[in-house]
Amino acid sequence: MDYTPHTEEDIATMLGALGLQSVSDLYKPIPEPLRLKALDLPPGITELDAIRLVESIATDTARTAPDLSFLGAGAYDHFSPSVVDAMISRGEFFTAYTPYQPEVSQGTLRVIFEFQTMMCELTGMEVANASMYDGSSALAEAVLMAVRIRSADRVILPRSLHPFYRQVVETYTTGIGLEIVTAPWTDDGTIDLNWLEQEADDRTTAVVVQNPNFLGVLEPLDKIGAILADRAPSFVAAVNPLSLGLIEPPGSYGADIVVGEGQSLGLPLSFGGPYVGFFATRQEHLRKMLGRIVGQTTDVNGKRAFVLTLKTREQDIRREKATSNICTNQTLCGTAVTIYLSALGPNGLAEVGKVNWSRSHAAMEGLASLDGITRPFDGPFFNEFVWKTSRPASEVLHKVGASGISAGVDLGMLDPALSDCILTCVTEKRSLDDVSRLVEAVKEVL
Amino acid sequence: MSEKMLVFERSRPGRRCTTFAVDRLPDIPANLKRQSPPRLPEVSELELVRHYVGLSQLNFSIDTTFYPLGSCTMKYNPRVHEKAARVPQIANAHPMEPQNQQMLGMIWKMEQILKAVSGMDTFTFQPAAGAQGEFVGISMIAAYHRARGHDKKVVLIPDSAHGTNPATAAMCGYRVEEVKSTERGTVDVDDLRSKMSDEVAGLMLTNPNTFGVFEDEILEMAEIVHGGGGLLYYDGANLNAFLGQCRPGDMGFDVVHINLHKTFTTPHGGGGPGSGPVGVKDILKPYLPTPLVVKEGEDYRLDFDRPESIGKISTFWGNFGMVVRAFVYSKMLGAEGMRHTSEMAVLNANYVTRKLEDVFERPKAAQPMHEGVLSANGQKKASGVGALDVAKRLIDYGIHPPTIYFPLPKVCPEALLIEPTETESLEQLNEFIDVMRKIAAEALSDPDLLKNAPHDTPVRRVDEATAARKPVLRWRAE
Repeated sequence: MDYTPHTEEDIATMLGALGLQSVSDLYKPIPEPLRLKALDLPPGITELDAIRLVESIATDTARTAPDLSFLGAGAYDHFSPSVVDAMISRGEFFTAYTPYQPEVSQGTLRVIFEFQTMMCELTGMEVANASMYDGSSALAEAVLMAVRIRSADRVILPRSLHPFYRQVVETYTTGIGLEIVTAPWTDDGTIDLNWLEQEADDRTTAVVVQNPNFLGVLEPLDKIGAILADRAPSFVAAVNPLSLGLIEPPGSYGADIVVGEGQSLGLPLSFGGPYVGFFATRQEHLRKMLGRIVGQTTDVNGKRAFVLTLKTREQDIRREKATSNICTNQTLCGTAVTIYLSALGPNGLAEVGKVNWSRSHAAMEGLASLDGITRPFDGPFFNEFVWKTSRPASEVLHKVGASGISAGVDLGMLDPALSDCILTCVTEKRSLDDVSRLVEAVKEVL
Repeated sequence: MSEKMLVFERSRPGRRCTTFAVDRLPDIPANLKRQSPPRLPEVSELELVRHYVGLSQLNFSIDTTFYPLGSCTMKYNPRVHEKAARVPQIANAHPMEPQNQQMLGMIWKMEQILKAVSGMDTFTFQPAAGAQGEFVGISMIAAYHRARGHDKKVVLIPDSAHGTNPATAAMCGYRVEEVKSTERGTVDVDDLRSKMSDEVAGLMLTNPNTFGVFEDEILEMAEIVHGGGGLLYYDGANLNAFLGQCRPGDMGFDVVHINLHKTFTTPHGGGGPGSGPVGVKDILKPYLPTPLVVKEGEDYRLDFDRPESIGKISTFWGNFGMVVRAFVYSKMLGAEGMRHTSEMAVLNANYVTRKLEDVFERPKAAQPMHEGVLSANGQKKASGVGALDVAKRLIDYGIHPPTIYFPLPKVCPEALLIEPTETESLEQLNEFIDVMRKIAAEALSDPDLLKNAPHDTPVRRVDEATAARKPVLRWRAE
């Protein structure tokens, strides 16, 4: 089954107009040795069979998947209001192209303008772009932008940065040969401020802070901001935007660039993507920011209009001198985020933050009350926390898994020093009964 | 059309849509607690729906309009793909459950399909778009040379290339040198030979190229580049011409990216999400991003143990939801459907180009493949009407403009790059041809009609200069 509308008669008419005998004549420019004799794939199937195929994959997945999950670690199982998917399922949104023709793209352009405004409001920053691929590449591009602001030899990444984010930053900075220095954490899981005081110097292009960090712990942004205030390095923060209805944003503490992963704002888990990165900075750095940006202007009749702007930073105009090679981004995911935030508003975002906070704290209290379980990092947290068992994390998770519960992420997978630690996330989708079930199941296997 | 408000302008304090039941008020430390709430809109659900439905109606889209946008492959986006990606077990699969056999299996099976289509040996699905795929590809070429102690400084790129190519090379620390194109629209092989040196890391090439022309001297070009110690990068933006017909892997390319949002019709979404899987020949396999999906016996797993890898490129495993859509598309098309798809794409482009070449210049003589370049150069000389004006006038007739001024004006003035795709019918093509011929006549009889177009759109031509000079990039209360 393909989607071509051509009848035999159509093909004959068109070939006639071209003075050709057969469709294969169109491939004459391809030298004979390069012509493929046969494509080694099975025959096509009908839509009905395609749906059966997908359903069989779903059934097989359901057989082995946990029925209760407390996984987070950069991807979060949040509730998305029905209107979000209903709106982005409109063909006028999802089958449109990048809005290069403003006269017939005002819908997408206005959504992006709203998105940019919302990202500024959430982060406390002045300008934001139209979106990035995901949180980790947004952070990597933030580090590259810090180099454009002020070039130096090295960047400071916290040990508590999501290890996958760290790896992506490493990949992006290989080409420019930036040294990566790791800031240690203290007993409560926050960045070591004394170390930072010593090391955040002129040799450093940027200091990166993740909030909440990979251990789930909330960093003292006020103190970090105070240390960095009069110093050379850019202050770059990577945040979970869902926390920002409740937690003071980095923009309030002098951050230069704030990035993050927008998945928690209404996007499905989808095995890791598509998600959406966001990128916000201060006005003074605007022309060093990368990516698409929508601006407000007027049309020839003086009517308000929106258009892609500041294009002279971008690859299609600047080519090798561009701020980045980014072209297609994640607009439809940004559209979902915009609709999600419109649905929640400031009150809904504060409420969902509170539920995340209270349910995750209930889980932490329940687990910490069990014999043999401790909290290795006792800093404040939002919706994720680390707990330590007297046995290997992999063993505990495996045993709890037998009762259909995915209790968290084995931190040994990411850092061998933490092989007895588990990172557990509790969102608003987990009820207090679910939390009790988790605590009971862990108690059983200890 | 009436002025559509921004969602902020519909906001009234206290109005609610989504609510959550708060069970216990948290005790948030004072130094962490947000002092003043973000000024997000406060609207009811109906207002929200009317607002976003209203905004959607201001867009052209494939569902509503013919979109002959060259180098973008705006073909029909089948609804079954959307259904598949939203199946709960797929949409709810957590990436930190990385042993999920069914999800890994889908990636692995899609890899087998892309290998058959492209002639490459191994694929990664981490890149989120073509440009990120290019970054991965050129980073791997750099790693390959580093591992061999080669000191390479230059990437060769044809003058007709997409802007992401030179931007990518620069991101990876290379200097860009341009290779000229010929009158036929192909790379000038003599110029390529003269620019090949010990310093050249590789050549980035699109085929069919951005003129829509097949690079028929590709085997000789590959020999020149490989002979000089360089590698060949294939930009798969135009792969829609090749399905089941020929393969970049057989042409000498060492690394390719494929835009699933073009050839494999995952929706463009108003500018993403895309997906840019990258395939390599075995010589580059050690450098592929970590992790790779591998199959051992009947089991799939993520292989993180890749010491020579360029590293990680996506937070998790790439834009998986797009892979699901492309997988369903590929299964439904099968071998014959793929072949037919490319043939009809090429037939449509040739038909349109032929039917318009007496009224618009054909700047390059070679036969086009899946897209064709016309030029408003004649109109520009005769009445001052350029490609932009033709494009804007098409909007009045309810057709999305083709890609304009690309390839770049220095290689092709007043370019109109037209890619109808295979999903458009003969009647639609004929309507487009009639409209384009009418516009060519209007360009002579009433040039102002074109220069002032479009006339009946939600907004008319916009003041881009002021937008850039005095940027207003977010909404603020009056």
